Amino acid sequence: MVGRDVLRPGPTNHPPGLLSGPGRGVVAITAAPARPDGTSDAHPAVQLEGITKRFPGVVANKDIGFSVARGTVHAIVGENGAGKSTLMKILYGVQRPDEGSISIDGRVVDLHSPADAIAAGIGMVFQHFQLADNFTVLENVVLGAEKLHGIGDAARREITRISDEYGLDVDPDALVDDLGVGARQRIEILKVLYRGAKIIILDEPTAVLVPQEVDELFDNLRELKSEGLTVLFISHKLDEVLSVADSITVIRRGTTVDTVDPSSVNARQLAELMVGAELPTPQTEESTVTDRVVLRIEDIVLAGAGAGRNVLDGISLTIHAGEVLGIAGVEGNGQAELVEVIMGMREPTSGLVFLGDTDISDWRTREIREAGVAYIPEDRQRHALLLEAPLWENRILGHQTEEPNVRGFIINSAGAKADTERIVKEYDVRTPSINVKAGSLSGGNQQKLIVGREMSHQPKVLVAAHPTRGVDVGAQSSIWDIIRQARRDGLAVLLISADLEELIGLSDTIEVILRGRLTGTFDPDTVTAEDLGAAMTGAAANPEETR
Amino acid sequence: MSTFSPRKLLLAVAAPVLALVVAFLVTSAILLLLGDPVVEVWQTILSWPKPRQLVQIVNGATVYYLSAVAVAVGFRMNLFNIGVDGQYRVAVFAGAAFAGQAWFPGPLNVLLTIVVAMVAGGLWASIAAYLKVRRGISEVISTIMLNAIATGVVQWLLLKVAVKQQGSNSISTKPIPESSQLDGLGLIPGATNKVYTLILLAVLVGALYWFVINKTRFGFDLRATGRSESAAVASGVKVPRMVVTTMIASGALAGLIGMPLLFGQDHSYGTTFQAGLGFAGIGIALLGRNHPLGIAAAALLWSFLDVQSNALQIRAGVASEVVFIIQGVILFAVVIAYELIRRADVRLEQQRVARELAATRSDASTPEGATA
Repeated sequence: MVGRDVLRPGPTNHPPGLLSGPGRGVVAITAAPARPDGTSDAHPAVQLEGITKRFPGVVANKDIGFSVARGTVHAIVGENGAGKSTLMKILYGVQRPDEGSISIDGRVVDLHSPADAIAAGIGMVFQHFQLADNFTVLENVVLGAEKLHGIGDAARREITRISDEYGLDVDPDALVDDLGVGARQRIEILKVLYRGAKIIILDEPTAVLVPQEVDELFDNLRELKSEGLTVLFISHKLDEVLSVADSITVIRRGTTVDTVDPSSVNARQLAELMVGAELPTPQTEESTVTDRVVLRIEDIVLAGAGAGRNVLDGISLTIHAGEVLGIAGVEGNGQAELVEVIMGMREPTSGLVFLGDTDISDWRTREIREAGVAYIPEDRQRHALLLEAPLWENRILGHQTEEPNVRGFIINSAGAKADTERIVKEYDVRTPSINVKAGSLSGGNQQKLIVGREMSHQPKVLVAAHPTRGVDVGAQSSIWDIIRQARRDGLAVLLISADLEELIGLSDTIEVILRGRLTGTFDPDTVTAEDLGAAMTGAAANPEETR
Repeated sequence: MSTFSPRKLLLAVAAPVLALVVAFLVTSAILLLLGDPVVEVWQTILSWPKPRQLVQIVNGATVYYLSAVAVAVGFRMNLFNIGVDGQYRVAVFAGAAFAGQAWFPGPLNVLLTIVVAMVAGGLWASIAAYLKVRRGISEVISTIMLNAIATGVVQWLLLKVAVKQQGSNSISTKPIPESSQLDGLGLIPGATNKVYTLILLAVLVGALYWFVINKTRFGFDLRATGRSESAAVASGVKVPRMVVTTMIASGALAGLIGMPLLFGQDHSYGTTFQAGLGFAGIGIALLGRNHPLGIAAAALLWSFLDVQSNALQIRAGVASEVVFIIQGVILFAVVIAYELIRRADVRLEQQRVARELAATRSDASTPEGATA
């Protein structure tokens, strides 16, 4: 283990707990002994050397090295599964590297926990916000950091000061529940600043934002940078990275490929560095849309909890055979609920669902699936797999009543196993055997198994929620191929995705969902990501019909 | 589960063996600390039982087995039926009261009594099922409460229907007619006492349990719900209905627990009827990993310890209650050991998968991301 001469505050130097770390005493330690004050620019803010992290059987990070200059935005790009998250966990003290060293302001640090990282001036904004909705901004910010400025007016003054200084536009007394995604993200940034962070890591910060909010975030980042803070920005969206970063480090297969200057590369070159090959693009061929209606939804209303607004408010959709209908929207605007209503997992307050001419509104999930609705849930680990069960049992899941999985009321394990072998082969699921647990496979292979299973029962409809989320490029392109094939085979496909490229590339029609309503119909041939983004936030005053 | 491999067998056996070793060491340490004769205690417990004791062990295990299977059915879908204890007492009381009436002749009376007991146990369990499905009350809380209520209800009803026994303060239901009493099977040579006839019932229950859980659609749905409720819902399982069915099945099986005792030994339900069988079942199901054969082994071990400890007072001068320490430590150790082994198993398999894929990947040149 490297880094023995560390500047690591002993466990007794700060109170226990993840967020309670950055007491003043600890901040003093990071600023302390050798360097009086006024950090010298001679040292980079962050320097990584030879970072290697092995997980059982997999090397997640291998000999990673780069340095980040103070007062810059440094982007780290790489495709899903390239090892970015592991690297960030190492920087934030969640995991310890097997080899290599981390230096902050020229000093080697040994980070054992997030508390150490916070003490060293590193703050992290997670992709999934960690805010209590029923608390005010002030309460959320001081939570776990009560010792810094108390919980009253002193804290409020500090929050206002930080907000003004960095242009974050945060009202300390607003209730988080009332705030949008962009504002919540600014609160998360404010939280780490409040705790004294000088280096801020943002993990895929734009994944939850629409283009307009992304611009605002980038303005904030430039503000932070101009105040001398250092920002580490993790993303796989190249255009964004090129527009905001001062320097870009590319990671591929767990190791640093190169660090480039954004002015010297274009998105294409960056993509090739990332993938090491040509990027696949989601392009459909000529239209296969017919006039035969396969799935029709009429005026679905789903009341919210209590007296809140409706979660789904009068949704009507028609999908024809051979048509891919894409639903664009910021997450949490009713997409998940719409899928659950269609799949019979949730009872709508009112409205009807038709499969062909049959009213299936009152059918239960199993009957709907038996009738030929294939379902790729958005959270495959929670909704599509039994992680501790072998692959062949997972092949039965969701089709417990259908051939070849059962004979009458008895499970036909021989039939299920044989068919699992077929799926593994046809859909290129990389696994040593069909008897391994589903949890042992990588995300992309899990998803290929799910897609293969769902396509194995002559479906008429495919409901696919975020089908390529968190899968590698190889799996992504094969899943896109399968969706295209389904379209050619005359299925009606409902595609829900946060990836606007994917939506535009695969869909025949795109509907935008906002606060439980469909607010606009777009033609993917003419629409741009910016148009969709505007419609997704409601920024477009009157969504125009472009067809 | 159905594929056999030496690695799996080793992992399955490792945990219980580890737990037994730990229990041996901890108990020895306690005995040493208290100045009790360690060697004599183990000599007494580990001596080969006499034929008479063998029968007692098998009989005790029969009852434990039924209790543990009743618990295991719930465990397989993450349903913690802590109320097996109350369910079996309500059921055996109902069965004993019914059988004592002798409305039907001999064996028919036995069969119908078993049905009555199952219905009574199932009904009692259905209260907890209803509360969980309709009111969202955790079955753990409600079944614990129902255990206490069962005690009161059975006591109260017993006073109403009881007949006074001669020369004793204890009261009980009317004894079942002799034609319905089951003498037992002379399975063990040299023993004067006999194995409960209803050991056959336990064997049948074990076989049915294995078949239903592992081979039927219902069993698949049940296991799926236990492994991931959200995935089960998305796959079309009606979870509330599964909760009700499973809870009632568990209660009905709990109804069987008292049957071997009723027909083979006590012949009536009274204040002296063996108590606490439902709680023992929880531990035995855990130890046996909810597997029909595992439970059988665990039930035999439990009963073995029970019977062998009887002689401790006489032969080693140590209170026989020391066996509770042994049983407690075994359970404690086995729960920890199972979890450690489970994690090791998951890790080993992930390693193996990654290794084998890495080997094939070096042949193929198609891009595929690692699980980072």
